Amino acid sequence: MKEGLVRSICKDPPILAADLREAADKDLVEISSAMGLALSLQEMKAIQGHFGRPLTDVELQTFGQTWSEHCIHKTFRGEIQTEGGVVNSLLKSYIARATMELSKPWCFSVFEDNAGLVEFDEGHVIAAKVETHNHPSAIEPFGGAATGVGGVIRDILGVWGEPIALSDVLCFGPLDIDYSELAPGIKHPRYIFNGVVAGVGNYGNNMGIPNVSGAVLFDRNYAGNVVVYCGCFGILPKSGYVKDTKDGDLAILVGGRTGRDGIHGVTFASTDLPEESEGLRSAVQIPNPLVEERLRRAVIRIRDEGLATGITDLGGGGISCATGEMANRSKLGLTVELDAVILKEPDLAPWEIWVSESQERMLLSAPERNLGRITEIFREEELESCVLGRFNKTGRIRACFKGATVCDLDLDFLYNPPRTTRRASRASAVRKPLILEKPKDLKVELLRVLSDPNIRSREEIVRTYDHEVRGVTVVKPLQGFEGGHNDAAVLKPLRGSWMGVVISCGITPFYPDPYWMAGCSLEEALRNNVAVGGRRIAILDNFVWGNPEKEDRMGSLLRACEACYHFAKAFETPFISGKDSLYNESPMGPVRPTLLITGVGIIPDVRRAVTMELKRAEDPVYLIGVTKEELCGSAYLRVKGVEGGAWPEVDAASSKSLMDALTKAIDAGHVAACHDLSEGGAGVAAAEMVLGSCLGMELDFRQMIHETTRSDFVLFSESQGRFLVEVREDQEEEFKKVFKGLPARRMGRVLGERKLEITDLEGGKISVDLEELAYAWRGISWN
Amino acid sequence: MKRARACVLRVGGTNCDEEIKVALEELGLRTDVVHMDWLEKGDVHKYQLLVFPGGFSYGDYVRAGAVWGKRVVSKIRRDLERFIESGRLVMGICNGFQVLVESGALPGGDGAFSETPKAVLANNSSARYECRWTYLRCENGSTPFTSKIPVGEVLKIPVGHGEGRFIVESEELLRELIKENRVTFRYALPSGKAAEGAYPFNPNGSEYDIAAICNKEGNVMGMMPHPERAFFGWQAVGYGGPEGAGDGRRIFESIIEHIEGL
Repeated sequence: MKEGLVRSICKDPPILAADLREAADKDLVEISSAMGLALSLQEMKAIQGHFGRPLTDVELQTFGQTWSEHCIHKTFRGEIQTEGGVVNSLLKSYIARATMELSKPWCFSVFEDNAGLVEFDEGHVIAAKVETHNHPSAIEPFGGAATGVGGVIRDILGVWGEPIALSDVLCFGPLDIDYSELAPGIKHPRYIFNGVVAGVGNYGNNMGIPNVSGAVLFDRNYAGNVVVYCGCFGILPKSGYVKDTKDGDLAILVGGRTGRDGIHGVTFASTDLPEESEGLRSAVQIPNPLVEERLRRAVIRIRDEGLATGITDLGGGGISCATGEMANRSKLGLTVELDAVILKEPDLAPWEIWVSESQERMLLSAPERNLGRITEIFREEELESCVLGRFNKTGRIRACFKGATVCDLDLDFLYNPPRTTRRASRASAVRKPLILEKPKDLKVELLRVLSDPNIRSREEIVRTYDHEVRGVTVVKPLQGFEGGHNDAAVLKPLRGSWMGVVISCGITPFYPDPYWMAGCSLEEALRNNVAVGGRRIAILDNFVWGNPEKEDRMGSLLRACEACYHFAKAFETPFISGKDSLYNESPMGPVRPTLLITGVGIIPDVRRAVTMELKRAEDPVYLIGVTKEELCGSAYLRVKGVEGGAWPEVDAASSKSLMDALTKAIDAGHVAACHDLSEGGAGVAAAEMVLGSCLGMELDFRQMIHETTRSDFVLFSESQGRFLVEVREDQEEEFKKVFKGLPARRMGRVLGERKLEITDLEGGKISVDLEELAYAWRGISWN
Repeated sequence: MKRARACVLRVGGTNCDEEIKVALEELGLRTDVVHMDWLEKGDVHKYQLLVFPGGFSYGDYVRAGAVWGKRVVSKIRRDLERFIESGRLVMGICNGFQVLVESGALPGGDGAFSETPKAVLANNSSARYECRWTYLRCENGSTPFTSKIPVGEVLKIPVGHGEGRFIVESEELLRELIKENRVTFRYALPSGKAAEGAYPFNPNGSEYDIAAICNKEGNVMGMMPHPERAFFGWQAVGYGGPEGAGDGRRIFESIIEHIEGL
């Protein structure tokens, strides 16, 4: 680097200044890297061109934070060059476009705020947000996962929502993988698994928010790239949603103290994980749910007393991003007194205070006349707070420390970074023929699939998360004393209303084609929601992808976004919020493209909600939907170690009409139990219903509506849009009327005895008793 | 609206206060949720029922309930002694049970409090948090908390805790608790027989399957399971049907019948 480009301009406090005017391209790259900014040359040049003066380290860090992939989503907002032309912003062209075109009147606030908001009843809205915390969890699993939960709870508080439920979806490497198969610097999946599960449970349990929904996946690909999704759902009165910061209002910081933990969390999340990642531990924040529990109380009290004009959480980028965003949102400016910030330890450099991501902090704006009452509430809830400064009309974000101005930036420039350009290659999976010998014994195959880590019971994990706290969980993640896994959770958030919130998820990363993978994830989220009685579903997207600067990763991302648009439109389910996590690459390669779709539906009366538990012997059992020969990426073939054949595709029109009919049947009370068919197909779904009940089931697969050639294929095909339904015996005729003209077929009946009896396509009989099922599924003998 | 009033106490980290308030109000009881630091001397005597709810008081970083238990002793012990000696009711649920044990109010001593804790709620024998429904056998139907539940009846109520293994100081004390009929609920099998330590029916490894105990006079009770989470039928879908009541409601009904008569 040319000498004198970066120099100290103050010893106490320590401030550096960089004069970019004289810097050559390679100097710019070097400055970005030396200061941990993670800015590209193009971005550094934009800064260089804008300023006719040297910049302080505080200012450069502000750009590093605000222009990071994590904060501004430059890939999703950027320009993408493809063989077929230019795509102008993935967000605008696909995700938000679906929402815009659907233009549902019940969407209250979408893609704007910390969380998406949809109408619940006349007076209330539901808030929903799902985040990822992959990089932190790879380095420090407990703290990384716990602060992931803490962060997403603050997103709900950040829209004035009372948090009512959590969800978590986790992807790990195989727990029994040998150390020799791990690249240097990669922690063993067992260590990561233990820490992540403990972290998620600890934070949620301490906060007293039930964790009601989720999934756990295992694959060798995730050994190098652990994936941790954390979701939070809240409710608030419509009138409580206030975002109207005014000129002259005070900026109030409240909650945990600011320290050196979580410095550069966002810039570190916006690059690949290097081999020497252990040195990045300081980028992971330290969780303290006790403080956040008090924050929750204080925020809700301030909301109910109408004392504040705005609120946002401190997440990525710390004070720099929260203050900048709040000022920019209201087209105001702000001068921040960094001396006011209460610190964990003395002697933090001004830039460290500015970007620290210490946890459990919120930023509020309020008129000065309410400061007294607000501070009193904070005191009563044992919280520390300080006034950072006063909003003004300058349109500039300024920071002062010990009398010196250490940052003075134009918000307009700061929030309009140069457009990023990415290149995408064409990405579709190539279909290979399926070569698989006919199995000798279907029963053995079924038990093998049931005992696969991706299928088997999640009870050991789920029981460590409190899903009953708050006393509003109607349909639980574990059903009954038997612990069957319900398809979705139902909560009853309001005392005076029977209306419920329905939360579900869909994640199908094992289907190789990015377009159909995304379509299936979306359909699965809806299917799970509808299976318990949910409808009017809003969806959230969370992309976990590799480095978007590489054309193939970008190509598959583009295809997945196309699917999101098509299927959101076809199912009439708007996206309301989303978050992408890119740069999931480790010395073991890029992450498997993974899309989580979270569904948030409603049910008019929670007493009509349906569980997967079988209710009464002799009730007829129906299979809804068509079974095709779609096994590529299925649990069956993965257990066999075989690739090939067709992957599941989504027929939106047919699937939607089946879901609509099912909702009608549930509302009319015809449905006693319902379970969606997903991983492991009809065989696993039937086994799970028996495992989760005190009854059994008899199914004749010759009755199935199918387009396959073999018994193992009908049993394990993962065709989308299918449900197993226990119909109330006395309402079978009415049920049939609802499904007139649709693919729904009676397959068998509920048995009084706890066993699964299957007749295959050739008329062969398979009988599996409960002990055998339970041994495979739970890995222990039960009862 | 009933005559009697209830106070649900909280401190930082308490998180089950709201649902207990809902349950009590549903039965017509005027209920205040009050932060313990806001209590002035003598305030508790406005109430006939004090509830210590579940949660992770002060983060439970030492031992569950230990910090709050000590703060109860140092801050409101005098008031609480008078409250208990006057025959009013104190109930601790989950973390609240842990607090009553750590403060010495349960099992209790010669007075309302023992000078040191005589028991502890240790970490679960499964060594992890357990959120699950349990069968509880009523062992004593004549306390103010159980008067509407006949002995031998089985209630279905969920637990959610990491530290619920009830252990007492000595064999003698355990025998005394049993002899004096102060074990109010035991974890049981679906048949109603005692679980005898069998997991998961006894979810935490408690001695003698103890889920709840009361003091000598029977007006202080602590229990690990959460009756407020089994108050409405819809909370217990799959156990009793969405209409009607959950089993936990009868504990609250017993309480209210008693304090209305005070």
